[in-house]
Amino acid sequence: MDARGGLKLEGLVKHFGDVEAVAGVDLELPPGKLISFLGPSGCGKTTMLRMIAGLEKPTEGRVYLDGADITDRPPHLRDIGMVFQTLALFPHLSVAGNIAYGIRIRGVGDRESRVRVDELLGLVSLEGMGDRRISQLSGGQRQRVATARALALAPKLFLLDEPLSALDANLREQLQVELRLLQQQLGITTIMVTHDQREAMTMSDLVVVMDAGRVEQVGPPLEVYRRPATAFVARFIGSTNLLRGRALPDGRVGVEGGALRVEGGTAAHEGDEVLISVRPEDTHLSRGETDESNGILGTVVFVRDLGELFECYVDCGLDENVVVAGSPRDRVPVEQGDRVTVRFPPQACVVVRG
Amino acid sequence: MRALKWFVTAFTIVFLFAPLVVVAIVSINENRYMDFPPEGFSLAWYGALWTDAEWRDAIVTSLVIATASAALAVAVATPLAYVLRAYRIRLTPLLYSLGILPFLLPPVITALALQVFWNATGHVGRIENVIIAHGVFFSTLPLIAISLGMETMDPALREAAQTLGANPRTTFRTITLPLLVPSMVTGYAAAFVLSLNEYIISFLVAGFSVQTLPIKIFNSLRYGFTPTIASVTIVFIVVAATVFTFAAMFGNLLRFLGADPATLERDRG
Amino acid sequence: MSERRDPTPATYGVLAIPIAVLAVFFLIPFGMIVATSFYRRIQGGFYEPAFEVASWQRLLSDVFLERAAFSIGICLLAGAACIAIAFPFTYFLTRMRRRPHVALLILVLSALSLSEVIVAFTWSVLLGRAAGISNILVWLGAMNEPVAYQPSFIAVLLGLSYIAFPYCVLTLYPSLTRLDREVTEAAQTLGASPWRTFWTVVVPISRPVIMAGFLLVFVFTLGSYLIAALLGRPEHWTLSVFISDQASFNANVPFASAMAIFLTALSLVVVGVVALIESRTRRVA
Repeated sequence: MDARGGLKLEGLVKHFGDVEAVAGVDLELPPGKLISFLGPSGCGKTTMLRMIAGLEKPTEGRVYLDGADITDRPPHLRDIGMVFQTLALFPHLSVAGNIAYGIRIRGVGDRESRVRVDELLGLVSLEGMGDRRISQLSGGQRQRVATARALALAPKLFLLDEPLSALDANLREQLQVELRLLQQQLGITTIMVTHDQREAMTMSDLVVVMDAGRVEQVGPPLEVYRRPATAFVARFIGSTNLLRGRALPDGRVGVEGGALRVEGGTAAHEGDEVLISVRPEDTHLSRGETDESNGILGTVVFVRDLGELFECYVDCGLDENVVVAGSPRDRVPVEQGDRVTVRFPPQACVVVRG
Repeated sequence: MRALKWFVTAFTIVFLFAPLVVVAIVSINENRYMDFPPEGFSLAWYGALWTDAEWRDAIVTSLVIATASAALAVAVATPLAYVLRAYRIRLTPLLYSLGILPFLLPPVITALALQVFWNATGHVGRIENVIIAHGVFFSTLPLIAISLGMETMDPALREAAQTLGANPRTTFRTITLPLLVPSMVTGYAAAFVLSLNEYIISFLVAGFSVQTLPIKIFNSLRYGFTPTIASVTIVFIVVAATVFTFAAMFGNLLRFLGADPATLERDRG
Repeated sequence: MSERRDPTPATYGVLAIPIAVLAVFFLIPFGMIVATSFYRRIQGGFYEPAFEVASWQRLLSDVFLERAAFSIGICLLAGAACIAIAFPFTYFLTRMRRRPHVALLILVLSALSLSEVIVAFTWSVLLGRAAGISNILVWLGAMNEPVAYQPSFIAVLLGLSYIAFPYCVLTLYPSLTRLDREVTEAAQTLGASPWRTFWTVVVPISRPVIMAGFLLVFVFTLGSYLIAALLGRPEHWTLSVFISDQASFNANVPFASAMAIFLTALSLVVVGVVALIESRTRRVA
């Protein structure tokens, strides 16, 4: 694989009037990978993508593509392909006309462009539909046309702005897999903006989690899930139990109703406030009071069995109820009002920044 | 309420149609003078429109003026609407108002102003004076239509073209302009039909030498009513209805009139 | 997000063309009538540069004040008559299925596109003695002999209402198509009859647009020339007729200019009020 499509962002800032949409981002993204910008709406992820595309001018900072500074280069000279949230298919052109647009305006001849269009139609499984009007297509077909159009010029960078948000849930999942396979087949550097953590987990090599114009964490999806760096990441990706406590002299963390040992230590000074994240599925439950280590006593307030998942909400006197989840097969028989012990295994406890 | 609905709708249709029906009947009257009820049936008065040189010239003059002035109106309105909607221009509200102003004021203002203007330049009584006057006065209609077209166009379409390698000029030529065509058609149709019917501006700007159809009708009325006037009226109405039906089919007429996009989608399926 | 791009020198170049056309053929001519209103009229239909207020003084003459008052009065009446019919009509129109909806709109637009000279002509036929309503009544045996209902005040009022009616419908149309169906449906589920719903929900919600429509019809009818000229006697003439008459047959361009500026000011004030109503409505909504 060649080193096409390596992207570097340096001190990127974008203001819209008084609003700071992107508040200083430094990132180096490897070529050939699919990278997701993940975050809630208004976190600046779309603005980042648009700055990479050249559709917004950064207030400060530089953008480098394969080592070249492209910050001041207009979008039409950037060698990118982009799928927009609205898809932005040209309603006055046919399917083939849309896909061939970039090729045609470069003055490529009819025959040559037709060959390329057929190739692209095949790539997105729309063989023989080149003559259709956009208005005759289903949502999934439109999405594929937008993808083919963006890939037509074999760009260095493939940018996707919430590409599947207009589709219903089933189709979305199917296209996530298709898009990911296509990206792997072509080995094209791809940046996708999404607010859907499942989508990001399904498709990405690397996830960039953003909040309030800043990057919270960068890492492979599973690492981001398992070892969230901040409370925001822990909460935004999956669900979590956040336990607030203080560092004790013995290295453990004192929380309301007990003390927890964290594998690898906390690196906190005695008396410092420490936040610990434990995923519900890593949390265990036993009936009655036991003196297990890393356990806290509580009362069951709510139980639900979703068939694929069993969840139990326990009031341990903390800020929020602790959620314990597991397979229904391993279900501990508890009911509302039961006294239980909740155990947080040291290796599942992750210290996060507030 | 149903009764009110039918009454109001029927009243409106009768009110709008009544004079037209009477004129339609008169226009096929065999008699040389207008009377009612009509005696006999004749299409002779329609034929007279083409055989009588004066009427024919007036029709041709009006068509030339309407065709050219509507084109001028669209030519003035298109760059104005495009630039004011696509770019960050500080004086946008002021410049937009300038485009709206002539049509907003009573036509006699534009008429008098251009009469004085052409008198001062000494270039008087020419057909191009009327074309320019109508082009300026009616440019408001395409301006509104094209601005609406710009507003309802997804800005991502232009951005998509750019990411595919189109520079701003190519983007305008291949995306923006084709998508504005329906708005331009609507604006042209509105300017065309209203120019065809305009009297006071044509009259004050060049009325003594350029005889448009409305001026010809007005002048003929002084010598008494004839069925020819009735038949030319009917021709007029048919032309207007045709042009607007065309605009509804190929332009964005309903949106131009301000219909809610949801209303447009409703009942379509 | 910023959908608008920053202008380049070329942008201003493109913008300069339409602005130049509008400046040369509208702003400059308008400036010229402002100047002309101070010029001196000389015999034979000409005028020469001067600085006289004679034309402006004539705006205070009884003849002019009476004309202005009459114009404003009859145009207000026409506006009221238009709204009274156009409002319910437009409301029902927006609630029709697409086919009759478009058909009626095309009827309205066709009426809108009728030349004033044709409207004046058709009404003069309809109200005349030769082939009008009275002939139908005679033919039906309801009257003994045909009579002429024009020229008259009523004929002018009818004509003005006729030409303004389509404009009135088109002013009301955008906001009435946007009137949330669920609001009227909610009123009906609360037990209001369609009639009560109309009066207690639709009309109050639409009060601003009714006012705006009324005032725009007023400005529009102020601009009418041929209706009053053809369907009325000289005492029924409106300002537009008076201005044109001074500019052409009486050849007193300075006085016509002064009156035109008065008419411009009057129109701009009314349009300003409409803009104010609309901006306030938008803020509330």
